[in-house]
Amino acid sequence: MTLMYWQRDLETMPRDPLRALQLQRLQDTVARVEACVPFYQSQFASTRFTAAELRTLEDVRRLPFTTNADLRNHYPYGLVAVPPNRLSRLHTSSGTTGKPKAIFFSQRDVDQAAELVARCLIMVGATADDVLQNMMTYGLFTGALVVHYGAEKVGLLVIPAGPGNSERQLLLMRDFGTTLFHCTPSYALYLADFMERHGVDPRRDLKLRKALIGAEAHSEATRAKIEASLGIQAYNSYGLSEMNGPGVAFECEHQQGMHLWEDHYLLEIINPDTGDPVPDGDPGELVLTTLCREAMPLLRYRTRDITAIIPEPCPCGRTHRRLRRITGRSDDMLIVRGVNIYPQQIERILMAVPELGRNYLIELDGLDEMTIKVELSPAHFDGHVEHLVQLESRLVDKIRAEILTKPKLQLVAPGSLPISEGKAKRVIDRRVL
Amino acid sequence: MNPVQLLAVFAENKPDQLARVTAALASAHLNIHWIGIADVQKFGVIRFLVDRTDLAFDTLKQRGFTVSRVDVLAVEVEDCPGALHIVAKTLSAAGISLNNCSGFVFGRRAIILLETSDLELARQTLAHHGLKILSETEILQL
Repeated sequence: MTLMYWQRDLETMPRDPLRALQLQRLQDTVARVEACVPFYQSQFASTRFTAAELRTLEDVRRLPFTTNADLRNHYPYGLVAVPPNRLSRLHTSSGTTGKPKAIFFSQRDVDQAAELVARCLIMVGATADDVLQNMMTYGLFTGALVVHYGAEKVGLLVIPAGPGNSERQLLLMRDFGTTLFHCTPSYALYLADFMERHGVDPRRDLKLRKALIGAEAHSEATRAKIEASLGIQAYNSYGLSEMNGPGVAFECEHQQGMHLWEDHYLLEIINPDTGDPVPDGDPGELVLTTLCREAMPLLRYRTRDITAIIPEPCPCGRTHRRLRRITGRSDDMLIVRGVNIYPQQIERILMAVPELGRNYLIELDGLDEMTIKVELSPAHFDGHVEHLVQLESRLVDKIRAEILTKPKLQLVAPGSLPISEGKAKRVIDRRVL
Repeated sequence: MNPVQLLAVFAENKPDQLARVTAALASAHLNIHWIGIADVQKFGVIRFLVDRTDLAFDTLKQRGFTVSRVDVLAVEVEDCPGALHIVAKTLSAAGISLNNCSGFVFGRRAIILLETSDLELARQTLAHHGLKILSETEILQL
């Protein structure tokens, strides 16, 4: 039997009781951080706010924002709200300064994140008969593990394939009759291209029927291309490590925007410049407050992702409001051929080589082609072209060992790369997604 | 030892790269006696023998070029069949391999520019076999 909902009462809860539930959970969350998170205690103190003053959902605007920088500055344990022995999982999300953001889960958080993914899977029509090939990175990144746990809850057979190695992905799909897969849009396109080059017709040779596409902002055109080239339906998945990873918002069968689980996340769309709320339907920055998270509650987290609320009810019957496709891509993480790459990983290698200067640029083009341009150090140039060739191949080997995908490398003259003011622009992404 | 000093400039494989270097040298009234380009598709190294090496080095450095000095051995042989072979045979008999080699003829004099990992050994070997090694001053007076 195909289920329609994973948690019917919660997913279809009328707006008023849902808002009452949100308020109660918000009050609990705020009271808890006021009691045990020094970071929020000092934030509240500086604005003379006390948890007791929070009487309506609109009062959320009196709370301070939490930013990316706050997570880094209070790394690793600064925002944890439970005793250390209650922590059961660490995930991280990296950034430009090299220090990652640490996200902690309690056992209950792990379980709740899985519940939300289970809702998403049922929402796109998955059943216990499905075989899910999970092609996201397993490890510190939330993408693979959180979906993995949710899929197991629903009873799917999960193939923890991890990213890359397209030949093996294809073999697994064939041998185990994969019906669902989870990956990035760029890797889905790469796979479609790979199949075509290897004479595989997915409609004839494979059993694929649906894909969960996430971790990168992508366009409706990309979805259409993925669907047409693989003969499947592709569902847009939105999540971020700071909010448990995947399962924050997800498309239903109607594929018209992503339902955001409002019993777990309080949603605001703000003008990123002023911080003021924008009217429903207008684009702005998504700001989320966790309503159920134990280990690491976050208040008004600035996601830096640009979207808009779709206020109209959805024919699927879920009352949780939908978000439009994310148009801004702001995370520092790159995903190339399905592999997660942080520019810092590459930077660390480049910076350790004396023959190189400090300026570098990562360019992404076409279907996941990565070129790393790096300046030479004038002081180490010895006039021998053969030494440069050796340097180049040594670098490619080192980078490949670190990021598991082979980049193109280009040595360039010192001073030839653009010098950025303030925060360096290290990545130029020209991939059409 | 009396090696000849070349200047080597790093260049990306772009249309204006050589012109930028030659413009700098011309503006400082430097005369180029020899040029060679070692190119590996995406980038290359342009090498020059100029009349005033130090001035050329400073000029290029000031203009932001990635420049370095490279020592080579200048061997003079007769401009006749088999002359280069004598040099090659002599080096090979001594187990010396070449990293780079180029040559030009000036009047009836043939000049070979050699690069090896051990220039002094190459110089001794060639001198021992009666081959004439030119100093930088000598080669610039050609």
